[in-house]
Amino acid sequence: MAEVRINPREPWILGRKTPIQVSNDICGILERKPTRLWWMAFLTSLTILGIGTVAVVYQISTGIGTWGLNKSVGWAFDITNFVFWIGIGHAGTLISAILFLFRQKWRTSVNRAAEAMTLFAVACAGLFPLIHMGRPWLFFWIFPYPNFRGPLWVNFRSPLVWDFFAISTYFTISFVFWYVGLIPDLATIRDRAKPGLRRAIVSFFSFGWTGSYRTWVRYEVVYLLLAGLATPLVVSVHTIVSWDFATSVIPGWHTTIFPPYFVAGAIFSGFAMVLTLMLIARKVMHLEDYFTHRHTDAMCKIIIVTGSIVGLAYLTEFFTAAYSGNSYEQFVFMNRALGPYAWAYWTMVTCNVISPQLLWFRKVRSNLMAVFVLSIVVNIGMWFERFVIIVTSLHRDYLPSSWAEYAPTFIEVLTLLGTFGLFFTLFLLFCRFLPVIAISEVKGILSHGREQEQVADVHFRDERATESEPETTGVHA
Amino acid sequence: MSRRIFMSIHEREEDILGIARAAREAGLTIVDIYAPYAVHGLDQAAGFRPSRLPIICFILGLLGAGLKVWFEFWTTAIDWPIDVGGKPWNSWPAFVPVTFEVMVLFAGVGTVIALFITTKLWPGKRAKIVFDGVTDDRFALLIVEQDATFEPGKVRMLCERFNAVYVEEREEETA
Repeated sequence: MAEVRINPREPWILGRKTPIQVSNDICGILERKPTRLWWMAFLTSLTILGIGTVAVVYQISTGIGTWGLNKSVGWAFDITNFVFWIGIGHAGTLISAILFLFRQKWRTSVNRAAEAMTLFAVACAGLFPLIHMGRPWLFFWIFPYPNFRGPLWVNFRSPLVWDFFAISTYFTISFVFWYVGLIPDLATIRDRAKPGLRRAIVSFFSFGWTGSYRTWVRYEVVYLLLAGLATPLVVSVHTIVSWDFATSVIPGWHTTIFPPYFVAGAIFSGFAMVLTLMLIARKVMHLEDYFTHRHTDAMCKIIIVTGSIVGLAYLTEFFTAAYSGNSYEQFVFMNRALGPYAWAYWTMVTCNVISPQLLWFRKVRSNLMAVFVLSIVVNIGMWFERFVIIVTSLHRDYLPSSWAEYAPTFIEVLTLLGTFGLFFTLFLLFCRFLPVIAISEVKGILSHGREQEQVADVHFRDERATESEPETTGVHA
Repeated sequence: MSRRIFMSIHEREEDILGIARAAREAGLTIVDIYAPYAVHGLDQAAGFRPSRLPIICFILGLLGAGLKVWFEFWTTAIDWPIDVGGKPWNSWPAFVPVTFEVMVLFAGVGTVIALFITTKLWPGKRAKIVFDGVTDDRFALLIVEQDATFEPGKVRMLCERFNAVYVEEREEETA
């Protein structure tokens, strides 16, 4: 494969699209019958979801004694998976809110799918604490409502209560943000659809959007406000998740580096997941003109940055342990790198710190297969990061008589598998019924209808034609 | 009551920006513009008033934060004080995270509800589309005809200058 050169002046959307072509490309996917590939993927995900559901029903009816937990390791697989899924979700909000505030035009091709990914990932994450409660039907006890037990209020000094508020607010705001963004696109789909059930449903959910500019003015302001609110929100969510650990007095958890370290890790894993999903979607739904090499390139660079922050945090933890002179802290870190879970620790370091360094090379970044593989490697690494943090800190207690080992049971593995089934089932349904790319936002960054920019575009094309070397930009050359 | 509306349809972003600005400068009353996407600067060109929703957002955020601080203080220090690890009953610093989350929740959800109320959008509402394709690739400019400044000849010339693909005059019922 020839090396792909990234030209910063090349438009983000290839193929000199007109607005109507964008509508045709994106809505066309929804108007056709699903492909055989989609059915195969959907049925596979649904089967996995079914297996997971059986596992969940079994462990709830039997009790969480079906897990491998013991009195030393009281948090393990469930909280690992919870933090893992929440982290995945963070990239969606980062793309939709933070990149919006920074006026990064390339977000328009990815934001819709990334926001959907956020919602589904947070839904998967929420399942784990719910099951961990043991009696999930009493989950509403964590909500401060007037009850007949006093009323006995929740303890607002507890990070677990903060976490409940953070996660539920995060899910609500992400959903609202995503839905507000969808309304103009639903109107586009509605006005293209033939009368019938599909049109009636889309019409109901499009809220009677007409494209009126008096509405657009307010809409744009609200979108900006939501982006401004979601930005500190996303930072607060993983900060609070890290406080679940940091406010305790467990060596290896009780540290001030946790909030920035967790937020960076969340963005790192989330971007990897967005890349995994978008590279598949690009190929399967033929979105090569919308999700280009420039997009993967930009996302790979964010992965390098956040991956480096995570790597720095690993080193800082060791330094802090050594410098603190605290023997418990020092023991935990030596035990992480050399103890019974050293294999997990070094898997984490390899996947999160060493292998992403390959992305410094343009050759690797432009090879989509390599990027795809690396994105999965990063996700494996980030799962192990949470596993290492949680299990290695707990399994060696202050009292050596309480030392224990942890291994997940079959049921726990099936539950994790089941959440992947849920995640992909929801994502595939989303790809089938809603526009995967924000149509109205993409139309706003086309060069169509802007004379001045078009002149610049033509100029750029002429310049390129006179270059001595053959065209090497993009796979469409 | 009914009024006569003049509508011109355009296919390019530049044309709608140009005609909106020209129409406003000529003193014509713009009823509305219909666009498939948010065009940068079209609100200023047409002279639409900036939205006051940020004020609502700010007030709602303040309200949410205020209510939450009061509620946390009331539950933990007044209604049923519980000694947790010897911390004071009114542990203000521990109230910060939840207060922040509730502020964001109130401001975010409330502003979106305010948007739906001010723009009269609700689930299941039937959309009145002024012209085919305004949610796809066309822009429509609607001008009131009753104004003293409205001269049909001049307006048609304006439309031609900005490459209107279609013009129409219609009656519109007003409440």
